[in-house]
Amino acid sequence: MCEVNGKTLVLGVIGSDVHAVGNKILEIALKEAGFNVVNLGVLVSQKEFVEAAIETSADAVLVSSLYGHAEIDCRGLREAFVEAGLGDIILYIGGYLVVGNQPWEETKAKFEALGFDRVYPPNTLPEDFIPQLRADLGLEG
Amino acid sequence: MELIVLIDIGSTFTKVSAVDLAEARLIGRFQAPTTPFNVTEGLENALSGLAEEMSRQGVSPSDLRQARKLACSSAAGGLQMIAIGLVKDLTAEAARQAALGAGARVLKTYAYELTEADRDEIAALQPDIILLAGGTDGGNHTTIIHNAKVLAELDLDIPVIVAGNRSVASEVAGYLSRSFSTYITANVMPEIGRLQVEPAREVIRQVFMETIVQAKGLSKASELIEGIFMPTPAAVLRAGTLLSRGAGKTPGWGDLLIVDVGGATTDVHSLGSGHPTRPGTVVRGLPEPFAKRTVEGDLGVRVSALPLVEAVGAEVIGDHLGWEPSQVIERAQRITSEPDYLPQSPEDVKFDQALGFFATKTASSRHAGRINQVFTPTGAVWIQEGKDLSQIKPVIATGGVFVNSPNAREVLMGVVHDPVEPFELKPTAPEFYLDSNYILAAGGLLAEQDSLTAFALLENSLRSV
Repeated sequence: MCEVNGKTLVLGVIGSDVHAVGNKILEIALKEAGFNVVNLGVLVSQKEFVEAAIETSADAVLVSSLYGHAEIDCRGLREAFVEAGLGDIILYIGGYLVVGNQPWEETKAKFEALGFDRVYPPNTLPEDFIPQLRADLGLEG
Repeated sequence: MELIVLIDIGSTFTKVSAVDLAEARLIGRFQAPTTPFNVTEGLENALSGLAEEMSRQGVSPSDLRQARKLACSSAAGGLQMIAIGLVKDLTAEAARQAALGAGARVLKTYAYELTEADRDEIAALQPDIILLAGGTDGGNHTTIIHNAKVLAELDLDIPVIVAGNRSVASEVAGYLSRSFSTYITANVMPEIGRLQVEPAREVIRQVFMETIVQAKGLSKASELIEGIFMPTPAAVLRAGTLLSRGAGKTPGWGDLLIVDVGGATTDVHSLGSGHPTRPGTVVRGLPEPFAKRTVEGDLGVRVSALPLVEAVGAEVIGDHLGWEPSQVIERAQRITSEPDYLPQSPEDVKFDQALGFFATKTASSRHAGRINQVFTPTGAVWIQEGKDLSQIKPVIATGGVFVNSPNAREVLMGVVHDPVEPFELKPTAPEFYLDSNYILAAGGLLAEQDSLTAFALLENSLRSV
């Protein structure tokens, strides 16, 4: 395991989504990478993401969605963080974000417009995005 | 015969019970009105009443004098607390749960940063203890520090118990040390999704014993007795925990519920994990403490009779009784304004039964968890919030409205799951027990000294109804 890096991440599957396996894998991988992980599990509401980030002074929030309804679930999430005084928090999202075969660039742009700093397509592995996350959090290498 | 005397200094009555330790049996009890300005007087009256009753059974007054005497108290307003946390549903709720479980009346719960108006309100509320939480361990520290600084401006000698983010606990205590007696204990919510209320509850009890008893003028009573060990609701919760878990090799009753309907408030205590009993249920929200207490300040059968009618609805109670709503309101008004009210006529008794039933029904509905079905693209899922009490068997009733009732079972039916409210997780097939000798608080007190005898005493005294 890497050294503990002192950064706190809030993790969860948003909305009425019960996909628990990927969430668990993500938690293990991020802990291995030295992060302090606060995993809220499945069926997480916007309010729960925001409140957990407040109590834990989280550095970033990682939202998963695997059932195609992420756009509805994530509307207003960035605004909720702004209201809570955490407007600058780093927001990531990944998974099966939309239904059907839509062009990835369009989907990415849609979620960036919703206030996400990074948007990841299906089948992204932890090692694919952890270096970017470390960089966004100002960690070396 | 080895005796112990267990004392409950209530707001209206001081109740004393003598227990034969070898037999684990109640051998005498007496109650005298509590004397608010000098509780010693009421206590002496109750003890001499008990001595008289006991002498008729051949117990000498000197045996009684020499017996150990333990007390709990809810006199002088009980233990009044303020709970402070960061997020309302997280650390503020955890702090509130810790205070309730310690037997306190929670005057108010504050979330986020305290304002100057909040500070002045706290000063006006004059709590006995402030419980200051906020932030998970290693989490947010700015709010609890801000709140400590605001509290430090108060020129009051109120004990503050710090039970927040461990990383800054001593810094927080440092801001308060100039004006307060300050105690540091473990965080009530060390991480998201984990409740840790027991250490805070223990400190609250210590502070209550060491300082509050003195401040409330109850210490004079301590000359007659060994000490006032805890607030009465904490003793009741302690008794419930003992009954549920058992003592030594004697197995307990398992998960159980206690309903305590009083004149001003209704308390519900549940002992049990409250985990889902329906397969495929996902639990949401803050985890629940094993020993959970809720207090309903608007549900009671005397001074809170009118608030109870307002909360439930005069039409609903009228329907239940076959009365006009105006009749219900009129009667509730009369009871609320007459503190010495005692039911006389058959109508009075009938009304008391209804008040008790609806206090039980509403308080247990608020205490119990809820289940909801959510339809996801992968199928239906059940989501549970709060405790699942549906499979709980023993339900113990305590309080005058049950003890004096011609049909306690009928009043207790309020606790049972109602098909009209299908999503409430209330007991579906409970078994009822009546605390006919007001032994619960005494049993909780005795548990501190001798849990085996206390368990046997409770089992011997609770009556199946």
